Formats: sequence, structure tokens, C-alpha cells
Amino acid sequence: MNPAGVARVTTGCSEAPILRERGQREVFCGLTGIIWLHRKIQDAFFLIVGSRTCAHLMQSAAGVMIFAEPRFATAVIEERDLAGMADANEELDRVVTQLLARRPEIKLLFLVGSCPSEVIKLDLSRAADRLNEKFASTTRILNYSGSGIETTFTQGEDACLAALVPQMPEASAQAPASLLVVGSLADVVEDQFRRLFDDLGVGPVGFLPPRSSTELPEVGPNTRFLMAQPYLADTRRILESRGAKALQAPFPFGAEGTTAWLKAAADCFGVDESRFTAVTALGRERAKRALSHYQEQLAGKSIFFFPDSQLEIPLARFLSRELSMRIAEIGTPYLHRQNLAAELDLLPEGAVLSEGQDVDRQLDRARAARPDLTVCGLGLANPLEAEGLTTKWAIELVFTPIQGYEQAGDLAELFARPLNRAARLEV
Amino acid sequence: MQLTVWTYEGPPHVGAMRIATAMEGIHYVLHAPQGDTYADLLFTMIERRNKRPPVTYTTFEARDLGTDTAEIFKNAAREAYERFQPQAMLVGASCTAELIQDDPGGLAKALALPIPVVPLELPSYQRKENWGASETFYHLVRALAGPHAPAPGTERPQRDAGRRPRCNLLGPTALGFRHRDDVAEITRLLDRLGIDVAVTAPLGATPADIARLGEADFNVVLYPEIAQTAAGWLTRTFRQPATKTVPIGFGATIDFIKEVAEIAGVDPTAVLAGAPSRLPWYSRSVDSTYLTGKRVFIFGDATHVVAAARIADKELGFKVVGLGTYSREFARDVRAAAESYGVEALITDDYLEVEEKVAELHPELVLGTQMERHIAKRLRVPCAVISAPVHVQDFPARYSPQMGFEGANVIFDTFVHPLMMGLEEHLLGMFRGDFEFHDEVQPSHLGHGAAPAQDQTQIKETEIEKAEIASVAQAVTWAAEAEQELRKIPFFVRGKARRNTERFAEERGLATITVETLYDAKAHFGR
Repeated sequence: MNPAGVARVTTGCSEAPILRERGQREVFCGLTGIIWLHRKIQDAFFLIVGSRTCAHLMQSAAGVMIFAEPRFATAVIEERDLAGMADANEELDRVVTQLLARRPEIKLLFLVGSCPSEVIKLDLSRAADRLNEKFASTTRILNYSGSGIETTFTQGEDACLAALVPQMPEASAQAPASLLVVGSLADVVEDQFRRLFDDLGVGPVGFLPPRSSTELPEVGPNTRFLMAQPYLADTRRILESRGAKALQAPFPFGAEGTTAWLKAAADCFGVDESRFTAVTALGRERAKRALSHYQEQLAGKSIFFFPDSQLEIPLARFLSRELSMRIAEIGTPYLHRQNLAAELDLLPEGAVLSEGQDVDRQLDRARAARPDLTVCGLGLANPLEAEGLTTKWAIELVFTPIQGYEQAGDLAELFARPLNRAARLEV
Repeated sequence: MQLTVWTYEGPPHVGAMRIATAMEGIHYVLHAPQGDTYADLLFTMIERRNKRPPVTYTTFEARDLGTDTAEIFKNAAREAYERFQPQAMLVGASCTAELIQDDPGGLAKALALPIPVVPLELPSYQRKENWGASETFYHLVRALAGPHAPAPGTERPQRDAGRRPRCNLLGPTALGFRHRDDVAEITRLLDRLGIDVAVTAPLGATPADIARLGEADFNVVLYPEIAQTAAGWLTRTFRQPATKTVPIGFGATIDFIKEVAEIAGVDPTAVLAGAPSRLPWYSRSVDSTYLTGKRVFIFGDATHVVAAARIADKELGFKVVGLGTYSREFARDVRAAAESYGVEALITDDYLEVEEKVAELHPELVLGTQMERHIAKRLRVPCAVISAPVHVQDFPARYSPQMGFEGANVIFDTFVHPLMMGLEEHLLGMFRGDFEFHDEVQPSHLGHGAAPAQDQTQIKETEIEKAEIASVAQAVTWAAEAEQELRKIPFFVRGKARRNTERFAEERGLATITVETLYDAKAHFGR
């Protein structure tokens, strides 16, 4: 827990030093990724192997949006599993059998590791192999870890997708070049991007994760992939190990980010400049028009990001460059320079970057900075509001369609809304 | 391993957090992995607290496991003391930290902090939230009030005749179902009886308040799940009597007043006079006649379930057809209550078992927790919430006690609201083909309109299908016109009618159910 030696990014340069802190981290674990992943991959089921705490987290985090029969559950480890009275593997097999009997339509089952299962070293990958033999004809069984000790919030999706990559069919070396978009996107956003790539003549285009486990795209040496989310470091590495090559681009937030992101694909597929301009002009213009509604409200306002999802850096870039907000601090749980190279280049001068967290010290900095808007988790939001700081709760950014041209205005509105509300209320 | 979709209670360290967060001047240092801070949300979002819970988590990560996690704990405890300057500290482990066995109690002792430090041993793989809260409160009371205990065998000194009797209110916590308003209601009630409240704990109490618990004349145990263990210790140590009646419901409140008056030696006549609650008149007024015999299923924590059953049976005239709890520690009380209504208690923390029971019993109203709301929605049964776990809408801004006379008023409205209003119920029984007001939509006073959302329709159809399959699986078949006739019975009693008719046919060895069988069964069983 080092004292804060605050470093500054001077020229939007990726070489800038970063404040690294260790201490209490006020973040979600990777299990929470299940909340959106189980909706995205509709024939998949997520079985957490963990404790009552894990089950409690899931129902608290999913809250009222839970429905009668969610496609996730927890196999709660009991005393007898720890005492060795019950063979944990046999128990797991029993629970999986019970589950698949109840939900026979499930085609893909993820055994999701948690802190307790990792600490007792329950080998879920071997369990998945074993169960795959048993259920070979109906259900494929994979595993990944969403534990708090290994993953922070959106990294749960990274771990999940990294487990899916080896399952993707092999594309031959002779196959024509294809594009793969990596990272969960809202269906509506996915459809918009698909149309844009079609108009550009870029393709064939696959999406990871797919909407159904039976639609996994192919991957091979002629696959080029665009990251749609910044938190997919392991997925990127495994895709590269299968021969696919990453296209370097900022993330598709706002008019500028979306254009640069599409441009990376267009350049790779040899789309000429005039066609690119023609295809993107309308969306770009619409995005700028939508953003103009929020210019006045957001320009010059300062913003402070607590670490949450790794979306912080791209969002800060968008808010500073397209809406003229001032950056007080950008906290991120992890900073992968390779993934964020294009983003770091675009960051404004003077932005304080921090990686990791010591929440009490960071709160001290936020209080001292008194930003106009603080982006933070729900554990901090109401307490900070009560101290007179306006907040934007961060999790919403993961659950809302925010990428692409058509969502640029919506994204700006998410940040403008709390300020608007604060200005409106007279109580 | 247990396959769990829902859990009625969190892990025991969440119970400990509820105690710490309820109090002032206390801090809880919790050895836990990164991510367990999710529990803060329960307090800042569900209960809408405007402060962070007084909890420091060590939030260790995988890379720390190779090194000294004990050192991380000690640093966290030391820094929490320096930053927050609490009057007392709780230290403990979450489920993962329990596995790495760092002994937070011993480590904290080694720090020699100048305040009381209470170590918590909460077996996460065995026990749950309420037990954790109860155990935490008990150890805290022992640690802080213990030093003021009189020598064993000492008689309680007589109360000074010039001073009003005073009691402690024990049990209300953070994240408790309506604890905030129950405390206000009971404090007011006691005041009218001429009794002062010395300390309310843990809600709003400081460690210094806990230290003087022994000074009161007696204890009022509002929530036995949380406070019974601590109250038992106070009785043994300070010879303070403790109340046994939980004042939820009109009758229970009367009994509570009598019990308290007896203990305190005050006269309850004035408080009991007049019409202290509207529930009795509302329930006796003719508008409520249609509530008679409504079949109700009740589930929740033991205290609220036992209270709700008495209200349902004796004060609203419902028929209790099922009763259960997830509070295993209080299973005996719930079994005894169930027996008095002639039903068998369902003691389980398995949500699927509860769902199965509700489906089997076909109640017309479910009184339960947040989870029963989901079950009831799925099975299309009206439902009201009576117990934790609850979601944000059950921490309302308005005054909404469950206890005392005002609590009885609140309960009357809450239990009756989801039911079909009397006139609507009659009209549905008479005219069945209305395009707008038909029996497969919500009662119109709930304003959900005639067109249910798409996904709800899907759930509904599969549920009805399931019900059909379940009944067809039996040896008896329904003749087409009998099936048609069955559909003329209002939806909320149709399941029961179907089951009764099938039972009737089976008992008589009938292979086919005709319209006649349906009405024979109706005549046989009555409503």
C-alpha cells in the first residue's frame, strides 16, 4: 500500500507513468459477467461451483431483474465436501446430472470456478473433461474461473471467451480473410456493425461470443479480429495462438472511436477511402448531431473514474475528446498496454492514470478533487452522493448499448443524466 | 454440494455486517477475497444507506496467496483502526478466508489495539446469515457488557419507585425487514405504557450503549432470530427477564402489551382501551366477508411466518393451507404453529422445494419473501411480502411497520391488496367471456391491463401445460365437456377444483371425469 506518488500523462503518450496502488479493492469478481453472458449465449448455462457467498452475490447483483428460471445456478460447497466425507467430484457429477435433467435444452454448460473452488484446488477442467464424456451427445461442458482472487468484474467474460476459443472450428490456411469481432455487444449494436461491415464489403464477419453456442465462428491464420471490448486480454492471446491477428484500434465509443475502429477493419480489407467515407458519413454525422445535445452540459466538467470494468480509459478518451470534459483521474482495475495502445495515444494531456486500488486513499483523492461527476460502483455511489458529489454508477455502462454511432448520444446521456438531475432537484 | 438457484440467506459474515452496519462507532475487518465487497451494495442500494458500511475487507488476490495473507490482514486491521478510530472492532473471515486459516482473531490480538476487539468464528460452510448476525451480536454483548456483570447469584436491585421502568429493544439490524419502523412503533407503544427504552440494539447503538445493556429492567426481544441468544445471556448474567411474544398482528400486540405490563408492573388498561387498531373493524366489515376461507400459503423467517399465520387465521379469516420457514434454528416453533392449523410445516432452504409445494397446494394467496414473489408470479398466484429476504421496494420511504397497532393496519392493507376485489371476483364468476376483464389477467385494481407482456405469456403457457401434464399423468381422464366446465371456475380456485375432482374420482375408481363428477366433487368437498 504505497503512498500516492501521482504521475501525469503529459502528451497523450502511452509511455506515461501510472499510479499503481494496492489495498482494499471495491470491485466485483468475475462471476458477475454471467449476468450478461447468460443472456447473450442463449443455449448456455452457467454453473458456479462455490460457496453461499457466490450464490448470494449473484442474486444480489442480478437483483430484481431475475426471472423465474435463470440460466445460472450455484453448486454450493458444503462442510462435507471440505471434510472429504463426500468426494467433491462425485458430488459435482451428481449436481450436473440433476441440472441437465431439469434443463435438457442446454447445449453448453460452463463450470465456473470461484474463490473457494480455486483455493481447495477442485480441478474443474478435469471435471469438465469427465462430464463431456458422459454428456457427449447432448451438452458440451467447459470451464473457466470467475473467482475474485483471479478476475475483476468484466474479466469474467474474458475468461469465458478464452474458454470458448479452443472450441471454435479451425479455418484452413487457404480460407479467405475473415473478420472476427470479439466481446459481448448488445444485439442491436451487433446488428448495426454487421450492416456497416456489409456496406463496406468487409467480411465474412463473425462475432464472439455468438448468440448460440452452435454458431461459433471459425478461426485460423487468415482471421483478423477487432476487439469490441477492452478487457479481453486472455481471449486476445489465445486467438493469436490460433493464428488470428489483432487489428489495432481504439474502441468503438463515440463518433471518433467508432470511425477509427471501423477504419482499422476497412484498411485491413483494402476498402478504399471514398467508399469508407461514403458508408460511414451518415452515421458519423448522426453521432455528432446526437452528441451536440450534451456538449453544453458536459463541456468543461471534471470527471473522476473509480476502477471497475476496464472501460474507463476508452470512455475517458471519448468524454474528453468529443465532449470536452476534464479528466481528474482515470482508475482502472488492470491496464493492458497492448490492448489500449491506440487509446492511450488519444488521451489528453494531464490525465492522471491509476491502476489497481486502495479505496480509502482513492476516496481521499476524489474528495480533494471534488469532481463534477464521479464514476464508481454502487457500493460507493450513494455514500458519495450524500457527501455532495454527483455520481454515475459504473455497472450501467456494461449493461447498456453504448458502442457505435447510433449509441453515441445515449452514451453521452448516461453521463449527462446525473448532472441534469442534480441541477433539477430542489429538495 | 447443493444445487442452488436462490438462497434465502447470505453467508454468516453478511449477518455480522448487518450488526456492524446497524451500529455506530464499530468497525468490522473482514478477511475476504477481492469481490466480496459486493455486500456493501446490500446496504447502500437495497437499504439506501448514505454511508459506506463500516467494513474493511482485505480483498486478497491469487498472487497474495503465495505470500503472507496474514500480514495483509494485520495491515488492514491496523489501518482501519487508524483511519476510522472505532470504539470497538469485529474481526473475522469470509468463506474463502476460512479455508486459508489465517486466524483473524489471533492476528488482531497481536496488534494490541487499545480498544475491545471481538473475534468472530462463523463457519461459512455450515451456517448462514441470521445465525451469523445472532452470533455476532451475542459475542459483542458478552465482550462489552460482560465486564459490568454483577457477581453470580447477586439479586437484581429493586427499581427505584420514582423512575419509570425501562427496557432494551433487542434485535433490529441493518437490512432487517421493516426494522426501522418497528422500532419506532414499539418505542411509542412502550412510552404510552409508561416504559422507557434504555438502549435499542444493535440498530443505532454504540459499543458504549452495549456496555450498559445490563442497566435496564428487562429486555424486549423483537427479532428472536437475531437477539434470542444475546437476551438469554443477559437473563442469566443480569437477571433481566426477556419478552417472548413478538408483537406482529393485532392479537399478538395485545398479548405483548399484557406480557410487558406484567414484567414492568404497569397498568395496560388505558393503552388497550378504545380501538387501538383499525384491523379488527376492517376485517369485520362486510366488505371483508369474501376473504373468508381464502387459502393462503406462508413462508419466510420463523418469526414473521408464525405471526402471519395467526393474523391470517384468526384476524382475517383465511385458511392456512401451508406454512414453512428457512430458519432451521426455529423449526420447532414453526412446526408447532403448523400443527395448530392442521398442516405440516415445510422446513427447507431449497427454493425449488417451496415452489413445488406452492404448485401442489394451489393457494389463492402466497405470503412470503422476495423469492415467493417469483414463485407466485410464475404460478400466477397473488402474493404479498412478509419477511426478508426482500428487495429495494420493501425498504419504503413511508412509515410501514409490521409491529404494533399501526403494523396491523399496514398488514391488513398489504395482505388484502393483491387479492381480486370482491365485486370483480363475483363478476368473473358470472360472465366469463369478457375481452378485457377475464380471469387470466391481473385484477383490474392492480392496473396491469388486459394484455400481458410477451414473455409472461410464454411462462404462463408452459406453466399451464405443466399443470395439465401433471394432472393427466394420473389414472383419471377428463371428458371434453367436463374440461370445458372446469374452465368456467375462476382461475384462482380452478387448480384446487381440478385436484379435488381428480381425488374424488380416484377414490371412487372413476376412469373418466364428467360434468356430473365435477359437481359431485364440488358437493362433496364444499368450497
